[in-house]
Amino acid sequence: MNYTPHTERDIQHMLNVIGIASTDDLFAPVPESLRLNALNLPPGISEMEAMAFVQSLTDQSETPLSFLGGGAYDHFSPSVVDAIISRGEFFTAYTPYQPEVSQGTLRAIFEFQSMICELTNMEVANASMYDGASSLAEAVLMSVRLNNRTRVLLPRSLHPFYRQVIATYVRGIDLELVDIPWSDSGTLDIHALKRELNDNTAAVVVQNPNFLGVLEHLDEIGDLINNTRTAFVACVNPISLSAIRPPGDFGADMVVGDGQPLGLPLSYGGPYVGFFASRDAHVRKMPGRICGQTTDVDGKRGFVLTLQTREQHIRRERATSNICTNQTLCATAATVYLSSVGPQGFREVGELNWHQSHRALQALTALDGVRQKFSGAVFNEFVLETDRKASDVLTALQHRGIEAGIDLGRFYPELENCILTCVTEKRTDADIDRLIDAWRTL
Amino acid sequence: MNRDKLIFERGAPDRRCVAFPAAVDSGTEIPETMRRDVPPGLPEVSELELVRHYTALSQMNFSIDTHFYPLGSCTMKYNPRVHEKAARIPQIAGLHPLSENAQPALQVIWEMEQVLKAVSGMDGFTFQPTAGAQGEFVGISLIAAYHKAQGNAKKVVLIPDSAHGTNPATAAICGYAVQAIKSTERGTVDVEDLKTHLTEDVAGLMLTNPNTFGVFEDEIEDIAALVHDVGGLLYYDGANLNAFLGQCRPGDMGFDVVHINLHKTFTTPHGGGGPGSGPVGVTKALLPFLPLPVVLKEGDTFKLDFDRPESIGKVSSFYGNFGMVIRALVYAKMLGAEGMRRTSEMAVLNANYIAAKLDPHYDRPKNAQPMHEMVFSASRQKRANGITATDIAKRLIDYGVHPPTIYFPLPNVAPETMLIEPTETESLEQVDDFIEAMIQIAKEAEENPDLLTEAPHATPVRRLDEATAARKPILRFKTNNP
Repeated sequence: MNYTPHTERDIQHMLNVIGIASTDDLFAPVPESLRLNALNLPPGISEMEAMAFVQSLTDQSETPLSFLGGGAYDHFSPSVVDAIISRGEFFTAYTPYQPEVSQGTLRAIFEFQSMICELTNMEVANASMYDGASSLAEAVLMSVRLNNRTRVLLPRSLHPFYRQVIATYVRGIDLELVDIPWSDSGTLDIHALKRELNDNTAAVVVQNPNFLGVLEHLDEIGDLINNTRTAFVACVNPISLSAIRPPGDFGADMVVGDGQPLGLPLSYGGPYVGFFASRDAHVRKMPGRICGQTTDVDGKRGFVLTLQTREQHIRRERATSNICTNQTLCATAATVYLSSVGPQGFREVGELNWHQSHRALQALTALDGVRQKFSGAVFNEFVLETDRKASDVLTALQHRGIEAGIDLGRFYPELENCILTCVTEKRTDADIDRLIDAWRTL
Repeated sequence: MNRDKLIFERGAPDRRCVAFPAAVDSGTEIPETMRRDVPPGLPEVSELELVRHYTALSQMNFSIDTHFYPLGSCTMKYNPRVHEKAARIPQIAGLHPLSENAQPALQVIWEMEQVLKAVSGMDGFTFQPTAGAQGEFVGISLIAAYHKAQGNAKKVVLIPDSAHGTNPATAAICGYAVQAIKSTERGTVDVEDLKTHLTEDVAGLMLTNPNTFGVFEDEIEDIAALVHDVGGLLYYDGANLNAFLGQCRPGDMGFDVVHINLHKTFTTPHGGGGPGSGPVGVTKALLPFLPLPVVLKEGDTFKLDFDRPESIGKVSSFYGNFGMVIRALVYAKMLGAEGMRRTSEMAVLNANYIAAKLDPHYDRPKNAQPMHEMVFSASRQKRANGITATDIAKRLIDYGVHPPTIYFPLPNVAPETMLIEPTETESLEQVDDFIEAMIQIAKEAEENPDLLTEAPHATPVRRLDEATAARKPILRFKTNNP
């Protein structure tokens, strides 16, 4: 099966117009030494066979009851979200280079930017980034553009994959990454932060909630940084902003994160969408596409990609970033999600996450040999410590059809008895009971 | 319905769309210093208002589904619906990236790696880059890591002057100085100019083939040998792979690192500007440096390998845009070997047919035989009537055609450029309609140039004031929220 509409008669006619004898001549510019006789791949198949293949992949697996979080979350996505982004006019369009025929995409981006500002309490946001990790890495690079310093403080409780992405992104520049430990309560060790903060610190990165699920004291951290030239970079779970005060309240310079919780499927890690918000004063140092409002020749309101002199297609090697394509369709999905829940539904989601996760936490820590590892406040994820190795506990629960959480020993050797468990609004009382009952049988 | 409104300007206070069940109190409260008391200023609309609003927005777009979209270098081919269905199977769409039950996803990634190895001639791939530009970043980081491991302190990356802006931006981000290589009259790399830049300092050459003029770099084997002779590596920007899919392979040309845009050649949807997917392939010598994890097959099972001490690290939160990889795999399986060859044949046939028909009406700055796309120029129209590439692009909209890519390649390389890529999924009738529109516009440029300079005429908005947008930026809707 292929998607070319050409009949033999079409092909003949076109060859005649071009003035060549066969389709083979179309490749005359390719030296003979490079021409392939055959491609080492199987013959094509029909749609029916292709779908049977995809189905066969999933036949083997039963969907377990999942309490996995750690940067990707199983939230409810209203039907309208997929219905809207399944419209061909959205998903088969390209980057809105021609604004007159792209007002739909441009308006959706403008709404996305506005909603991200509302969520984070920041002044300006861009049209989206690839994902949470690359947004955070770009924020670190931007902090260096703002103050020309060469030292960045990262919490050890930052998502370990995000930490790795930052390290990869800064390979080309001379930047020192310093890890700040966590305190006994699981929050950033503020004393260690004070010790490490100096005149050469480009940025302090804070993740909220952090990878241990613990909510940070953004007020204290803000007080420490706000009167310095060090950038305050916050990486947040956007769903938490339904219930938790946003970093914009505490003087953050950049707020980034992954928009996946806002209505996007888990899809084995992507496509997700990064968001990137900052202050008006920093806008010309920001990476990525930005949509702005203007008027047309008749005075009508319209929208365009703007501030493009920051970008690679104009500035080439002096651009603020090499980012070109971003994740517009995913940003559109998040925009529809936020429009559909509205302020009241968003608050309800936040309350459900808070209370369901805390009820699960209470029930789990009532079990023999299960303790809450960190005393700090949590939003919808928490660390359980058991008397056994986390991997053994998780494997046993896996056999009972439950993915109870993430083995933290994978990332932190001293937490090998610890499990990161997430409870979203989708986990019902019956789900929690099933987890408790299974755990009792271990 | 007033179609100009933003979603924030619709609805009314306390109007609801989606509601959730009430929470059962856990007896725990959010600490006061952390609790959000002022909700974000989100829209308050009914579900019908929401659906009408976004349907109206969608109707303001041109898209492949609605219009011919010959946007050069973007490969806007048809996006088959079966791909969407496959990616939405609940066990696939609902799979958590840290799940232990990930065999189906790992198999998809591994199988797609085999496809890309076959079409590129590379020895291994990473699927972590989520777009072409991130693929470039990974590719150049791999080259840097390779040289570092060899103990070579190299400082320069060579890039043709006609290259996409992401190429120099990428090299700069990776810490390299960029030197531009001139193009010849035919639009290919000027080998003599290349020679003057080749020193021990050269880490690599970034090349698109066919290049951004749509012209095949027929001296590529010599170029590769020259770069390899000074210890440099060759980077292949796969933006234009659709031109010779199944006909020849970058690996055989001497490229060491390639990125392939699944959203171009393998037709995963462009989504209004993403999500994309830019897997990167390398030859054996660079395999140890690939981002972690990579997918391994052991017997009948697949696993993620994180134990890669020489890896450059990670560039994605997880493993890249998996949802695009499964779409691409379905496409590759359905096409098979012959379907891929047919794809590039028909893409190049459509392009050459357009070139032949438009040659009498427009200048073509680099007059070599094109592959899957070609660059025309409005220079003749500009000299005669002051008509620019922009004017022609905007007038095409009146004819129901999405404009080609304009002013790329950049004006310092060729003036008033229009990069036209029809792709293989367009029929002869559609291509003829486009040609007819272009010829008509060339006539209008002489007889009634105002028709062009005032175009487009019937779009939701007409030409926009981009200068004011940049000078006095309005970048968000201001709600009344405190």
